[in-house]
Amino acid sequence: MSSTTTTPLGPVIDTATAPVSGARIVEPKTPDLLLTNTHHLCPGCGEPLAVRTFLDAITELHLVDQAICVLGIGCYTSFGSTVDIDLVQALHGRAPSVATGVKRMHPDATVFTLQGDGDMVNEGLQEVLHTAARGENVTCILLNNGVFGETGGHMTATSVIGQRTKNTLEGRDPEYHGYPILIGDLIARLEGAAYVARGSVHNAGSVARTKKMFRRAFQTQERKEGFSFVEVLTMCPTGWFIPTSEGPDYLSSTLGEVHIMGELKADGVIRTTEELHDENVRKAAEMEAQLARGGLED
Amino acid sequence: MTATAPTTAATTDRALMEGSEALVRAAIAADCRFFAGYPMTPFTEVLEHFAELLPDVGGVCINAESELEAVGMAWGAVAAGARAATGSTGQGLALMQESFSEATLAELPLVIFNMSRSQGDYFQATRGGGHGDYRHIVLAPQDVREGMEIVQLAFHLADKWRNPVMIYGDYLLAHTQEAVSVERVAYPPLPAKDWAVDGSRTGTGQSRSVTPLGVMKVGQRAFGQEGKAQYIATKMAFLEREARAESGYVDDAETVIVTFGSPAKFVKYAIAQLRDEGLKVGYVRPITLWPFPVDAVRDAAQGARVVGSFEISSGQMVDDVRIAVAGAAPVEFIGGVSSDHSGFGLGRLLDVDEVRERIRALHEGRPQPVVPGYDEFTYEPAPHQLEPSGHLEVTQ
Repeated sequence: MSSTTTTPLGPVIDTATAPVSGARIVEPKTPDLLLTNTHHLCPGCGEPLAVRTFLDAITELHLVDQAICVLGIGCYTSFGSTVDIDLVQALHGRAPSVATGVKRMHPDATVFTLQGDGDMVNEGLQEVLHTAARGENVTCILLNNGVFGETGGHMTATSVIGQRTKNTLEGRDPEYHGYPILIGDLIARLEGAAYVARGSVHNAGSVARTKKMFRRAFQTQERKEGFSFVEVLTMCPTGWFIPTSEGPDYLSSTLGEVHIMGELKADGVIRTTEELHDENVRKAAEMEAQLARGGLED
Repeated sequence: MTATAPTTAATTDRALMEGSEALVRAAIAADCRFFAGYPMTPFTEVLEHFAELLPDVGGVCINAESELEAVGMAWGAVAAGARAATGSTGQGLALMQESFSEATLAELPLVIFNMSRSQGDYFQATRGGGHGDYRHIVLAPQDVREGMEIVQLAFHLADKWRNPVMIYGDYLLAHTQEAVSVERVAYPPLPAKDWAVDGSRTGTGQSRSVTPLGVMKVGQRAFGQEGKAQYIATKMAFLEREARAESGYVDDAETVIVTFGSPAKFVKYAIAQLRDEGLKVGYVRPITLWPFPVDAVRDAAQGARVVGSFEISSGQMVDDVRIAVAGAAPVEFIGGVSSDHSGFGLGRLLDVDEVRERIRALHEGRPQPVVPGYDEFTYEPAPHQLEPSGHLEVTQ
């Protein structure tokens, strides 16, 4: 028998025992834009979640018959064969430029890039910055796991201080390896960037929030307001050398503490990652205070 | 879809114009609607004229942040089904090489304007400075007039074979003012580009994929790595059909000179002078540097005593001449490095008198004349460099 206990936060479901009735699917869960239900990535990878999230956004916004994906090179490149979207495969780092050429020839299509942190922030940093500065009316999507997953776990420009990778065995040392780049902050400062957000897929709440970001980004492109950018923090337990089940917690406690979730530019307002951090600290303190008073308020 | 205005906007009645402008107008007459580039002499004016003229026909020209991005943008425009081009000179093209080789695997009909600084980029153009097993058609016009047709041929061949095509010009081609009329050249019709992306097949189960990789969409026939390489290799064999050359005075020639591009005009003029003197000399001018016109060179060499390669470089095309001649006659290099103070290949060798005496010396079996001042910087090895280094001397 499953039972529930009540805490100041509300009821907690006991997951130690099986539920009385079997779990049931309340709605179809497979996105429309998949050619197969399988993917080729590792267990615990966050990239399929991120892809699913933007596929849902494209479908919900009725952009299906006009979407074109320009794909970078990384683990996620395998989605090129499994996603039912007109595709241009770009070279490592070059996707924003390729997307520029596609968009200029098809101004009414929904053109987006799918890139990793190695692809975009290492190899192709100037491409994404100049594309944003031009106000190119495309959406760039960054899957950021702070590591070169495909090559087997090497440091990227977004690896956080202390992060252990195959070429930072003692952890990333700023004195020796330099500091991570907060790419969203760089882009948000550029006049041509209209919408910049950083999401994550480490829990259900972050997925839901990230989907809203994708929707806003694609709507920004639809309204031809300029460059839009969504970064998504994704788990890479293989490249982080941790057990699969620890991926989400590792993400929120390492990358998530540096590359902080939130909208960095929306409706003309720029917020830095530092401000998002301060906001999170303030919200956490408020929550603590509310809990101390006996429960969360609306 | 791409906006296309009548191409008459680019065509002109006879007018005096810079080579770059004539080439650009020819490209637009051939329905080129996208260009991206990064300024670099002597290519810069090609970019300038595209920037000025493309918007008038509903096209787009982007001044890219570097050559890497320029070729990426052109890649995207081509993948979207437009006729598109990029370009630069040797150094800038070196930056683009990764994209050139992969664009061949992706079967992108990209046109590349190479306004080179010398003929020393022959290897870069014909061997590909990039990685992998690929070839590009390389067209080398001798002057502006021929260049206007070659630009249009380049777009046609690129689409016909779905393969990058390079136009190998130089400072003289890009900057010479000639009185020309830009006219549209008609080519046989080509099939519609049903492979290009426009988003319309997304979500239909029949979405398209323009990719250099061997993978395709689930449900579509995938090449695999080896299959893709095999597919491209067998395609390259068909591209060799596009070899083109001009020959002159070769029927009874005892000495045959092979030469290309702007310097070919100097060689042809010198050979006409030597013919007036009664010397049996002729020439072959490859118009396609790849595929190299093997048959034309081999046929010309059959009755010849000697074959010379005149190039403004330390000798690059001479390798292809030797392969084509295949031992039927001795092949000698009679060109040389030759540069003006800016490095644009307009040095002392590019002079009819100089060229004529080099051909005469070859014909008469004499050593090549030494250009005064050209021995000033000859390399002198240090004594330790002349000592054998030992080890790995394999004996049987």
